[in-house]
Amino acid sequence: MTPQASFMILATIDRQREAQLRQLLASMNHAPGRVNPNNSLIPFEQFDTLHFARLLIVDDKTIDDIRAYGLTPSTYPLYLTFLGDIDGDRDTFLEKLARLAPNGLRSIFSCCEGFTSGTDLVTWMQQRNYSSAAEYQNWPGQTVRRAREEAALHEALEGYIKSNASALTGLPPREIHAELRRFISKQRSSGQLMLSAEDPTPADWEIHNSLHKVGVPLLFLIASPILLPIGLIGLIRLRELEKTDPELCPRVDLAYSNNLALLEDHDVINQFTAMGSLKPGTVRLWTAIFVLFVIDWFARHIFTRGRLGRVRTIHFARWVFLDGRKRVVFLSNYDGSLESYMDDFINKVGFGLNLVFSNGVGYPRTKFLIKEGCSDERKFKEYLRRHQLPTQVWYNAYPGLTAVDLERNARIRQGLESLSTSDQEAREWIALL
Amino acid sequence: MDCPSMTQSQVDYSDLQGLVRFGYKRMTQAAYVLLSVRDVAAARSWLRNAPITSAVATDPPPPNALQVAFTATGLKALGVPASVLSGFSSEFLAGMTEESRSRRLGDVGSNAPSQWDWGGSANVPHLVVMFFAEPGRLDAFMQSSTGKAWDEGFEVLRCLDTIDLDGIEPFGFADGISQPQIDWAQDRDVAGDQINYSNMVALGEFLLGYRNEYNKYTDRPIIDADTASAGLLPAEDAPERKDLGRNGTYLVMRHLRQDVRSFWQFINRQAGGNGAEIDKLAAAFVGRTRTGDPLVPIQEEAIPGIGSQPDQIRQNQFTFDQDPTGSGCPFGAHVRRANPRNADYPGHPTGLGLLLAILGFGPKGFRDDLMSSVRFHRILRRGREYGPGLSPSDALAPAPPDDPERGLRFICLNANISRQFEFLQNAWLMNTKFSGLTGESDPLLGNRQPIPNCPATDGFTRQEDGSLRRHISGLPQFVTVRGGAYFFLPSLRALRYFAGAGNT
Repeated sequence: MTPQASFMILATIDRQREAQLRQLLASMNHAPGRVNPNNSLIPFEQFDTLHFARLLIVDDKTIDDIRAYGLTPSTYPLYLTFLGDIDGDRDTFLEKLARLAPNGLRSIFSCCEGFTSGTDLVTWMQQRNYSSAAEYQNWPGQTVRRAREEAALHEALEGYIKSNASALTGLPPREIHAELRRFISKQRSSGQLMLSAEDPTPADWEIHNSLHKVGVPLLFLIASPILLPIGLIGLIRLRELEKTDPELCPRVDLAYSNNLALLEDHDVINQFTAMGSLKPGTVRLWTAIFVLFVIDWFARHIFTRGRLGRVRTIHFARWVFLDGRKRVVFLSNYDGSLESYMDDFINKVGFGLNLVFSNGVGYPRTKFLIKEGCSDERKFKEYLRRHQLPTQVWYNAYPGLTAVDLERNARIRQGLESLSTSDQEAREWIALL
Repeated sequence: MDCPSMTQSQVDYSDLQGLVRFGYKRMTQAAYVLLSVRDVAAARSWLRNAPITSAVATDPPPPNALQVAFTATGLKALGVPASVLSGFSSEFLAGMTEESRSRRLGDVGSNAPSQWDWGGSANVPHLVVMFFAEPGRLDAFMQSSTGKAWDEGFEVLRCLDTIDLDGIEPFGFADGISQPQIDWAQDRDVAGDQINYSNMVALGEFLLGYRNEYNKYTDRPIIDADTASAGLLPAEDAPERKDLGRNGTYLVMRHLRQDVRSFWQFINRQAGGNGAEIDKLAAAFVGRTRTGDPLVPIQEEAIPGIGSQPDQIRQNQFTFDQDPTGSGCPFGAHVRRANPRNADYPGHPTGLGLLLAILGFGPKGFRDDLMSSVRFHRILRRGREYGPGLSPSDALAPAPPDDPERGLRFICLNANISRQFEFLQNAWLMNTKFSGLTGESDPLLGNRQPIPNCPATDGFTRQEDGSLRRHISGLPQFVTVRGGAYFFLPSLRALRYFAGAGNT
């Protein structure tokens, strides 16, 4: 399989050039929320390993919330971030970026501090790349190429069934399966349909991944005599903090919310970016670090087949610490509208949501870190919307295809390529069509 | 967690408008009059004196009923201060026609607000007054309920007439069969996981000021106690302040034109004129037969809140658990989209199974766990039909030049427009990806508009168990939105506050 990776370049915007930058970003869209995939600055569609990308100005409107703890807010720079989810490794992709879109990138980055005409693009981007504290991929190994090929496979099958409906209807499942298999194999040999074989998994990645899978729990086990007492003390302290931490979930300004909404629901997939400050203190910081570490491990090794817990609507998601771990930004690509996304989270993985986000300033009050919190639905939805940031440019390599679509198409292909098919398997397979 | 029984109180039926509790079916005549405020003082005077019908059950029942609901623009026009208005939900304040909302609701293409007869951005009514009367009594009732203050206070924008088709909606199907049962006594425990489908829904889902399915209070305007608000009830969750929302709710109105001829002509064509196949396909679209029977077998086990009459059991004692393949009732059938009849977890897990399900290690089939739990997305339907009835066989004839319009004055009540009506409309009815499907939206309500990379959304699939599904395409748009608005249906106390408002 081809492992996936991500990049996130974060740079401080030269305030003098903010307006110019906003103009540049706007020029990459047909209209707000609707990217021109072949825009002249970064022609996204020329990158066949790029799943999603976005550029946004990280303008956190909730910096002052920290005052609820009697603290003076830090002054943070205004950032530009450019991020994406890719097949293959980061460095190869960044080099390709610099090769295919040097002028566009240069004009965008020249609005940031530390970028001059002599700057080496790749080095500059590498230096400003931020790693995620936790990252989720819907289906590691599901490459852009595969997603597109399998969508074409689905389409070809649908078309064939449509024009041969009378001949196929009434046939037993195994015969339908065999007939469609013959059709696809003909399509493939005539070159009308491409279903590429999986690339070999890079050996170093494989080794690293396996070591991580086994090593992390092992290390925890070895360290547990120390970690458990520390954890227990931390939990007791957390419970105290939970009782007094202020909630900041006022109604979101209608104009702010409507502006965000203008960028949403142009496709069945949407982008989401939210950021906020971590609650002050060591206990909260280490809770956040620990929880994200655990989530990252589960996402890498357990939830690798289209489901983050019970949620089946997330393509990619990540949490990134910023500004010396004082702030966190969460970014995702999800199916459906924001309302259903939030409902999915609250009702299906509410405990996980509380575990992570309750370490942010102002989150609805939790109990024992996993209970309550987001089950105060209105407060939670206001909280999330208030922390949401508009994304100026958002690219999606497979518009119209939800994560569930990708899973269906993958299952169709799998069933088509399996060597022997029982009656039951054939029944289940034709039910996917 | 605070103990619910400490703060729960009995519902004062005399304070809520009757529509929340009753459908007024016996009053077969009804008209919804859309108004704008011409003169604030006269309008208030009419509202103060209007005999608005409460939800108290009387014997004999009243011969007529009067109900009133306001848009956000209307409340503003009546002089309700901005500080009070801002306590209403943002959906209500922004209105049904806000641009991104139109995308979510499917109000694009020929459904776009710019095409509407009423409710479009320049054409939002201030209020709707709903008149209901027993047969033959509507005109007299409307005459006697209006008068000088009415004439001075309001400009009539449009009078939406209705017709009684005897429980049949214009396409010819029995309508209004499935409604949530409101838990008036508030004795259902909503805090824990709901493992089985129940038709009993928390009072707070349909009335503001009470606990909802999350065991919380939905946001609504809670205002300071002063002379103007003296007549309002205190908020359960903030007893020192007044709850302007209590005993009120949001009313969603959609004017839906139904193309009955196109509906039956399309089905007739698809079925090759075969009578039995026509019935089957039509039933597959709806998810019920024309008489209202479900397409899946009823279950032995009782379902809370559906009632115990034989008819109620026959028509509603079912879930789709018995039909995991969709071969009985298609996944995309209207009733299966509108109410998937699921619970919090697929497969009713208990014990260890429940724990595994919570942690995300439940069933992994392609169609498992695709939908949100339905209890958070119920609506109370109160709409009425309009236009003359047209039988399926008459509908096959070409339309005469002066063919009258027919359809539904859709009305639903809910405490949280975005989580209830909008979610249902967006994530379930209009969604071209509902339940693992693709390229099809609701067979009745779908707007057939393309989505990115998916030019055709006009399909419909009938799943089969053990053979190939039957797919049809080219469904015309059968239902067109002609108008709509979000209203607030206030309690009688809140109505007096708006009418007097103490801020003239």
